[in-house]
Amino acid sequence: MTRLAVPKTYKLYIGGKFPRSESGRTYEVAAPDGRFLANAALASRKDARDAVVAARAAVSGWAGATAYNRGQVLYRIAELLEGRRAQFIAEIEESEGVSRAVAAAQVDESIDRWVWYAGWADKFAQVAGNANPVAGPYFNISVPEPTGVVAIVAPQDTSLLGFVSAVAPALVAGNSVVVVASERFPLSAISLAEVLATSDVPGGVVNVLTGSPAEIAPWLASHADVNAIDLVGAGALDWISLEVDAADTLKRVLRPENGQDAAAPALGRISAFTETKTVWHTKSLR
Amino acid sequence: MPAPVNAGTALATARERALAVLGGEPDDQTLGRYLHGIPGVDAVGLEQRAAALGTRSIKTTSKAWALDRIIELIDLTTLEGADTPGKVRSLVAKALNPDPADPTTPRVAAVCVYGDMVPFAVEALGAAHGDPDDGLISVAAVATAFPSGRSSLAIKLADTAEAVAAGADEIDMVIDRGAFLAGRYGEVFDQIVAVKEACRRPDGTSASLKVILETGELVTYDNVRRASWLSILAGGDFIKTSTGKVSPAATLPVTLLMLEVVRDWHRLTGHKVGVKPAGGIRSSKDAIKYLVTVAETVGEEWLVPHLFRFGASSLLNDVLLQRQKLTSGHYSGADYVTID
Repeated sequence: MTRLAVPKTYKLYIGGKFPRSESGRTYEVAAPDGRFLANAALASRKDARDAVVAARAAVSGWAGATAYNRGQVLYRIAELLEGRRAQFIAEIEESEGVSRAVAAAQVDESIDRWVWYAGWADKFAQVAGNANPVAGPYFNISVPEPTGVVAIVAPQDTSLLGFVSAVAPALVAGNSVVVVASERFPLSAISLAEVLATSDVPGGVVNVLTGSPAEIAPWLASHADVNAIDLVGAGALDWISLEVDAADTLKRVLRPENGQDAAAPALGRISAFTETKTVWHTKSLR
Repeated sequence: MPAPVNAGTALATARERALAVLGGEPDDQTLGRYLHGIPGVDAVGLEQRAAALGTRSIKTTSKAWALDRIIELIDLTTLEGADTPGKVRSLVAKALNPDPADPTTPRVAAVCVYGDMVPFAVEALGAAHGDPDDGLISVAAVATAFPSGRSSLAIKLADTAEAVAAGADEIDMVIDRGAFLAGRYGEVFDQIVAVKEACRRPDGTSASLKVILETGELVTYDNVRRASWLSILAGGDFIKTSTGKVSPAATLPVTLLMLEVVRDWHRLTGHKVGVKPAGGIRSSKDAIKYLVTVAETVGEEWLVPHLFRFGASSLLNDVLLQRQKLTSGHYSGADYVTID
C-alpha cells in the first residue's frame, strides 16, 4: 500500500507563535522545474503591523540581556542549525534546484556566519565604542546601543544564506527584527524560525513574514515604530521611494546589495543598527 | 421582569421610583425578595451575544467617528498610591489636548483621580472645568474608601463630602461587596442613598454618582444583575463595572448585562442611567466593541458623556495612534504620543 505524504504548512512567525496570515491568504511555492513544493502564508500589512508590535515588546528584554548572554543565545542557534543540517540541505536542494553539494555548502556557510556574528556579541562594543580624550577631569565614553526595531527585506536570491546574513547582525547589538523572507524561497526562512522558536531567543525578537516584499515593505518603511530598515534584498523594488518613506520618520537605512556577495559578513552590518551614546563621568579626585 | 410602573409619569425622586418598583420599604426582606425574583442570567447566551457583537467590522469613516467618540467618552484616570500634584497636572494637560500634533482631536469627558487630588485637577483645568456636554472637562473623584470600601459609613460620607466640596463633579463610589454577598441588601441600598445625599452641594445641585459594582468580586452574572438593579433602585446616576484594582475588571459580557438592566429600567420608568466599563480596556479595537454593544443594546442616544464612559488610562494613547494612522496613512508608534 502506498503511503500518503503529509506536507508541511509553512506559516508566519510572529511573537514566538506560528500564525497563519491574518488575511487568510497563501501562495504556492514551486521548485524551479515548476513542481509544487508547499503553500506559504502570503502576509498582509496587518501581519506586518502585528509583527512590529511583537518586535517592539521584545526590545527591552533582548537589549537588556547582557552581551555575553546574547552571544550564548545566538551561538546556541548555530548548534541547533547544525542538528537540522540535513533538513535544510534537502529543502534548499528542492526549492533552489541545486545539487546536494551546493545546498550543503550554503547551509555550512550560513552556520559559520551565524557563529561569526554570535562571537561579536560581547566584543563589538569594545571595537565600536571608545574612551574619548577630553580636556577636563572626566571619563568620556561612547558606547553603541541597539536602535530598536529593525525591518529587513531579506536577500531574494538564496534560501538560507541571505536570510541569515541579514538577520544575525541586526540581532547582535540587541535589536529585534521583522524580516520579509525571500518571496521565491521562503521555506528555509520558516524552518529557521522553527529553530528560533525552540532555542533561547525570546518570542518577538525575530519575526518572519513570507509573501510579497513589494506589498509589505512600504508599510514597514513608513511605520513610525520601526527604527531602521535594511533594504538589502529590495533591489528589484522601488527602493528609492522606500528610502524616502523611511526618511519621514528618521529611520536608519541600508541600501540594496546584489550578487553573490550580498550582505557579506561585516562589522558595519552590526554597527549600522546602533546608536552611539556618549556619557561623561567625573574622575575620582581622591 | 416586573410590569411597568407609572411608565407614563416621571416620578420625582429616586426614592419614590424605588418604592413604586419594590412595592415596599427597601429593607433586606423586600430587596431580597425583589432581587432574587429577577430571572437568572443565561450565561452562555450572554457570552455568545457579546462575542457576536464583538465581530462587527468598523472601517474608514465609521472608524474615524468611533475613535473620536471614544475619546469624548473617556474618563482619563490615574489612581495610584504614587500620584502627585504634578502627575495630576500632566494628566489634565493630556485631557485638554490629547494629541498636541493634531488640534482637531476632541477632549476627553473627565479626569478621574483620588479625592485628595481633586483641588489640583480643578486648579489645572481652570476655565476648561465643566460639563462634558458643553465641551468642557469634569473632575471625577473616587470616594468611599476606594477601592475596597472597607470602612465605616461616617468615613465614606466624609470622604465623599470632602471631594464634592473640593470641586468634584462626579463621585465614583464602591458598594460594600461584603454586605452584598452576605445578603444585606438593605445596608448596601442605604449606603448608596446616604452617599448620594453627601453628593449635594450647598447650592442645591448635586454631583453625579457612579456606583462601582466591582463585578470581579461578585463572581456570578446573577449577582451582577442584582447589584445593577440594587444600585439603580438606590439612585445611582451611573453603574460602573470595576475599580480597575481587581482582575477581571470590565469585560464585554458583564457590560452587556449591565446595559440590559439599564435598558429594562428605562422601559420601566423612563429614567436613563449611565454605564461605565472601567479597567482592562486598552485597545481601540476593544473600545469599539463596547460602542457597538451600547448602540445595539440601549441605542445610540446612550453614546454621550452623561450616559456612557470608559474608565481608562492607556486606552487614550492607543486611540491616538489609530487616529494618527487614519490621518497620515501609515502606522504610528509610541514615540508619537505622550507618556502619561
